[in-house]
Formats: sequence, structure tokens, C-alpha cells
Amino acid sequence: MTDVTNGEYDAFLDALAEGEGYYLVCENDHGLLPPRRACPHCGDRDLTERDLPASGEIVTHTTVFVPTPQFEDDAPYVTAVVDFDGVRLTGVVRGIDQADVEIGDRVTATVESNETTDEQTIVFRPAE
Amino acid sequence: MTSFGSHPDRTGRDMFAEAGLAALEDAGVPAADVDELFYGNFVGTLSEGQGHQGPLMAEALGTTAPSRRIESACASSGVAVRDAVRAIRSGEADVVVAGGMERMTNMGTAGATKGLAGAADDLYEVRSGVTFPGAYALMARAYFDEYGGSHEDLAHIAVKNHDNALVNDHAHLQQEITVEEALGAPEIASPFTLYDSCPISDGASALVLTSPEYADEHDLEANVAITGAGHGGDTMALHDRQSLSKTPATRDAAEEAYDDAGVDPSDIAIAEVHDCFTIAEVLALEALGLYSHGEAIGAARRGETRRDGELPVNLSGGLKAKGHPVGATGAAQVAAIATLLDGTHPRADAVDDDATVGVAQNAGGTVASATVHVLEVME
Repeated sequence: MTDVTNGEYDAFLDALAEGEGYYLVCENDHGLLPPRRACPHCGDRDLTERDLPASGEIVTHTTVFVPTPQFEDDAPYVTAVVDFDGVRLTGVVRGIDQADVEIGDRVTATVESNETTDEQTIVFRPAE
Repeated sequence: MTSFGSHPDRTGRDMFAEAGLAALEDAGVPAADVDELFYGNFVGTLSEGQGHQGPLMAEALGTTAPSRRIESACASSGVAVRDAVRAIRSGEADVVVAGGMERMTNMGTAGATKGLAGAADDLYEVRSGVTFPGAYALMARAYFDEYGGSHEDLAHIAVKNHDNALVNDHAHLQQEITVEEALGAPEIASPFTLYDSCPISDGASALVLTSPEYADEHDLEANVAITGAGHGGDTMALHDRQSLSKTPATRDAAEEAYDDAGVDPSDIAIAEVHDCFTIAEVLALEALGLYSHGEAIGAARRGETRRDGELPVNLSGGLKAKGHPVGATGAAQVAAIATLLDGTHPRADAVDDDATVGVAQNAGGTVASATVHVLEVME
């Protein structure tokens, strides 16, 4: 199992880890995460890659106290949805006190290990 | 339906047999007349290691009629009812059983949490720490940010639904709670505490649906009919949606069901909505057109959706207190509305004598799937 990847998802994480995050956009400007062959909002198949902006804004967040087994040692942790001006990503917030995370906070996206399983996880850290 | 609750040692086939055989008996329909089974189930391959559950559940009812297992997460049996209605309307079936079953407590809390998380996008949500309560917590926080409202408003929904379940002997939780207790309960995923969340339940539900012609020919006592059905969809992942505080899948399903039945939201006297988490009741009432956006958050606190209010919601106790054996929920909601309108539900005394229209809303995942059924008292 260990050599098996999830194709474009793993490629996306690798790029994000290198600071070269990207997303897909359709002709109607709907931002999407790979792999996509068609836009779920309009059906457009002409998708092109665009660079992920350096930082985005938290649009909602929650502190999870009861995790799935794969985050057992991480809990409590904060999960947030972040708007990168065109596409949104969900990830774990690190580097901000949990009680201080607020909607509107600016963060950058990277990839770090999950504490429980060592699995690669999308992580947001405060923007400089 | 079976009692919803913690039945870790009961097999799925036995729970569905109990619900389905009781439904056939209550309807006065022999198993031999069943043309098809529409059976909803979410995590059966994980919890019981059992695939291909359709034929197994048909057998449990005493028939080898054709069947299928429908998996749409928490909307599995809502979709089963919807497809069953279509089968009858197409003229291809006269008698169908639609229902569902879920066995979850045998998986333990961690196992069930993992199983339920399967209703979200595994790659882009679950691997980013999203749990099922967490996903609804993300929606709740976005709702508060957009429209206002507080955790205390949500606590009033939990108190109301627990109170409604006190007389429902099929309910998982028959326990009165207070707003203070709800607010002070252990945190699950902020802003939610334990009492914002439905329990992990086992149970089964089943409905016998027939064509009007079959009911006439066999002199069945069918006082309530499904007159409208709708089914809506949305993206799996929350982050792919334009709004985190609205649920267009429910809106689309409702519009379809209301058009089908020829009713307006103003005709609706009672509703059973998918309150897997307290905020979900708010999102459902707004998407059903029963409240404007931003208004349903205070409905329970103001008393409007309590059983003595203008629009009683979740008189059964809802998923919150009646329980949520995932695959059984949608059909159980339809059964609740039917028996409330028919006067045979333990909370039927809260339904106005002149009430003729009720609605049941079932949601899958963070409402990437939704079904709405309109039920009406027949003249």
C-alpha cells in the first residue's frame, strides 16, 4: 500500500509543499482542486492551471475535540476553510493559538505531517 | 420502525426484518405482493462487512423480490423513498417497500466517527481534519458570521427536540435537557458541544408504498399519501460551494416537491427536518422556504417551532433525540409525518386538527444530497 498514491492529489500536495501551489480554473472562473476533468458548476471542460496566491483569508473554522482515528493525537486542532481569491482550501491551522483563530485571519498554505499517522496534511500558517 | 438506540448486538437483517414486517402487517399487505425493495444503508460494508444487502433484506421480509441497496450517506433512505415513488408512478410497480437500516454502535465512537466522515470528501476534507460534526461546525460559524446568532440559539433547538422525544418510546434519547446543560456539555467541534450533535444510533425503518389503484382494490386504510417528491444535489466538499451558510440541494429538492404536490411553504403545518446537528435544522428550515435566510436561527428560542408554536418542527424528537441510524433516517422521517397527520403518533396531539400538509427533509453529507417529501391527508 505504501507506494500507492492518489495521483493528482499527491502531485498537488507535493507542489504545495514546494511553495508552488496551483489550482484549476474553468472558462467561467470557477476555481477547482485537482483532479478535475469538468467543472461541477458549469460543466466546462476547458480547465487551465493557475498559481495559488501566496496567502488567503480564513472564512470559517472549528476546533475539533473528537477526531477521526487518523487525527487522534492531533486533537484538539483547528480546521479551517481558506479563500485564496478564486479557490478555497480546507486544512489544519497551526502557529496561531486555537482560541485566537478568527474569520478574516490571513494565512499561507503548506503541507506538513499529521502528528498521528505522519500523513501529509494541508496546513495553514499565519501570513507574514 | 424499530426503536432507535444502542443495539450493538443486533444484526442488521434482524432490525430490518422487525421494521419491515411490522410495516407490511400495519399496511395489510402480504410479502408476496411486494414488487420491489428500495433499501437505504450507509456503512454496512464497514460495520458488518456485508455488501449486497438488498437481497438479504428482502429475504428478511419473506420475499425474493428484486431489491437494491441505496447509499447516499445520511440521505440513503430518503433517496430510497424518492426512487420508490418514481417506480410506482412509472407504472412498473404497485407495491414497494422503502426503508433503511444502520448498525453503528458496534463500531465504537472512533470507528463510527471514521465511517461518518466518509460522507465528506476523503482527500480534500477528511485528510484536512474534517469530521462530520466539524463540517457542520464550519457551516455554523459561517452562518453566525453572515447572519448573526449564537450557540445559545442552537441550544434551544436541542432542548426543543429532546423535549419532543420524551413521549416517543422509539426514541434513542428520552431525556429532558436545559439550555444551560447544552451549553456546558463537553465540546465536540467548536461551537458545538455534545448536545448539538445527534447520537450514534442503531435501528431500521420501513414504509409500504402502493399505487392508489392497489390501495383501492385491496381496501387499504391509507389516509395519508406522498403527493410530492424532490431530490437535490450539490458539490461534496464545502469549500467548493459559493455559500457555506446555505444548502441549495434542499432548496432544489423542496421546489421540486412543492411543484409536484401543488403546495406552497405556507400550506405546511408540520416538518421533520434533518437535524443531525442543531445548525442543520436552521439551514433546512431556510432552504425549505419556511423561513428567510438568517431568520430560522431564533425560531426555537422564540417558540415558533416548539410543539405549541405555529410550525412544530421535529415532533418526533428529530435526529437529535429520536436518534440517527443513518440509513434508516429518511424513511423514519416520512413515517413520522404520516403518523402525525394520521393521528397515531405519540405527539399527534400537537398537530392542529385542520392540518393537512407535512414535509420531511433528509440530507446526506453536508447536504450534497437532499430529498424532500410532501405528505397530505387524503379526503
